[in-house]
Amino acid sequence: MASILTNLFDGVAYGMLLFVLACGLAVTLGLMNFVNLAHGAFAMAGGYICAVLVNQSGWPFFAALPLAFVGSAVIGIALERTLYRHLYSRSHLDQVLFSIGLVFMSVAAVDYIMGSSRVFIKLPAALEGQIDLFGVGIGRYRLMIVVICGLLTLALQLILAKTRFGSRLRAAVDDPRAAIGLGINVPQVFAFTFAFGCGLAGLGGALSAEILGLDPYFPLKFMIYFLIVVTVGGSSSITGPFFASLLLGIADVAGKYYVPKLGPFVIYTVMIVILLWRPNGLFGRTAAR
Amino acid sequence: MSALSDVSTHAMASARWRISEVAFWVLALACAFLFPSRYLIMTDIVRLGLFALSLDLILGYAGIVSLGHAAFFGVGAYSAGLLALHGIINEPVIALVAAGLVAAVLGFLTSFLVIRGVDLTRLMVTLGIALLLEALAERFSDITGGTDGLQGIEMQPILGLFTFDMFGKTGFFYSLIVLFTLFLLARRVVHSPFGLSLRAIKNNPLRAAAIGVPVNRRLIAIYTLAAFYAGIAGALFTQTTALASLDVFAFERSADLMLVLVIGGTGYLYGGLIGAVVFKMLQELFQSITPQYWLFWIGLVLVVIVMVGRARIHRWVLFVPNLIIRQFAGRKAAVAVPESDVS
Repeated sequence: MASILTNLFDGVAYGMLLFVLACGLAVTLGLMNFVNLAHGAFAMAGGYICAVLVNQSGWPFFAALPLAFVGSAVIGIALERTLYRHLYSRSHLDQVLFSIGLVFMSVAAVDYIMGSSRVFIKLPAALEGQIDLFGVGIGRYRLMIVVICGLLTLALQLILAKTRFGSRLRAAVDDPRAAIGLGINVPQVFAFTFAFGCGLAGLGGALSAEILGLDPYFPLKFMIYFLIVVTVGGSSSITGPFFASLLLGIADVAGKYYVPKLGPFVIYTVMIVILLWRPNGLFGRTAAR
Repeated sequence: MSALSDVSTHAMASARWRISEVAFWVLALACAFLFPSRYLIMTDIVRLGLFALSLDLILGYAGIVSLGHAAFFGVGAYSAGLLALHGIINEPVIALVAAGLVAAVLGFLTSFLVIRGVDLTRLMVTLGIALLLEALAERFSDITGGTDGLQGIEMQPILGLFTFDMFGKTGFFYSLIVLFTLFLLARRVVHSPFGLSLRAIKNNPLRAAAIGVPVNRRLIAIYTLAAFYAGIAGALFTQTTALASLDVFAFERSADLMLVLVIGGTGYLYGGLIGAVVFKMLQELFQSITPQYWLFWIGLVLVVIVMVGRARIHRWVLFVPNLIIRQFAGRKAAVAVPESDVS
């Protein structure tokens, strides 16, 4: 019983991590309809920024996390302004090719600069080990992830639902032409959202170094997971991707623990079945454009 | 009825062999005698060309974006390997066709999943199928050899006459003949009314359905055919290199394939073949500059191609050959700029 709960908790932590990693993609892919396979590259950038700051410059872990966010967001907005924005109106094939190209470049560049072996981030002692909660072993690091990601999710939901920027974004996504007509600076809103999504990915990348492992092939290895979160979760709100991430996280951890021989088989099968059953995702709606 | 005859004369005119096409194949054959020391890399190019031709059939003609075409390549490769390893079918040509058919069956079954949904769903489903097969191949490592791959494959002589030599001469001519045969078939298919209806579907599925084209059935047919081609390419890989390992299913293979096709251009059959030549040369070049990091340059090429625009690049590339061809054969013989994609 206790091991089931521990696994469940690990799955939730994993799922929440996936959500933070992928929710930027939910905006670009789900809302802006841009197939960005390079999302994992921003996560990797955040992870490596954090690793360099902590391991080489001796920053405390918690001070490096915001820097990972900012660093990835800056890279994101630079690329959005220079490259991505030209491709919003292009065919999906062009977008796929472009973002695969970016992934390849980021993989080779990181390999060149940082080496190809897996990178570990030195954690503060307070985050190591487990605490015992009613007989259920809970990893401290995972507990921290659940807390941080849970707070982020709440904040995101509030920003989207309550703030002026949130309503502008929703308007821009629902009908860009009408939004422009109302005086909303749609490209700016998209650019800001893109950068914010990249920043979240970077933060997720920094947090995930401990759990998912950080090496130059990160963007390729987890690309499919991010895509699953978005396509299965749909794009009507952030709750869809959120539940999809939790589902994926729990299923993946449980699958690896209870049926290790089947490996990733279960996840891919479930994804294909769900996509056939609901092509717009579990919580989806028909695409606005 | 005049519209109908117009269409057929137009189709027949565009199906006629052009001088540039004949020149292309003569050149391909000439390479075999010009560079006798480079059979292995040329076999590689021919194989890649065939694989790209297969993707061109669905991407260039039917407009299906696939990120998991390596699935069929891998199935073909493993089928050919297993057939040879267990001595079920010893004759390479029959084994080749058998492996292609296995891939075609898989293509037929998965086509029902692929024709549903829009681009994004298709991307995910094709990618998912390739990953699924990779996971399966890893799981059943007692059959597939797992990460070590199939070992100890020994190929019998082709038709009982031509043995595979260590310089790859037989392998090259074998691959080239297979490519040419399948190319002829593909050329026949895309210039047939069936091929024309595929283009109609690609340009506008709704309108195609409205004029009576059975959209789904056509897509299933071409997807199955493309799977057959990819399976043959995979089987050629196994037969000429005598190995098959897990990386035949790798995502990188599907992604590279897209690059190959995009370099050459989609929708005129030669794109994959030209792309394969250029891609292999680029790969050799990059690998000689930076052995470990050539992936970076491949990525850069992709980004540059997309940023500049595919159609524009092809106009630039075809400018000089067209100039030469026009000198000899008049205006009409120029190589057409491939159709741009609508999506």
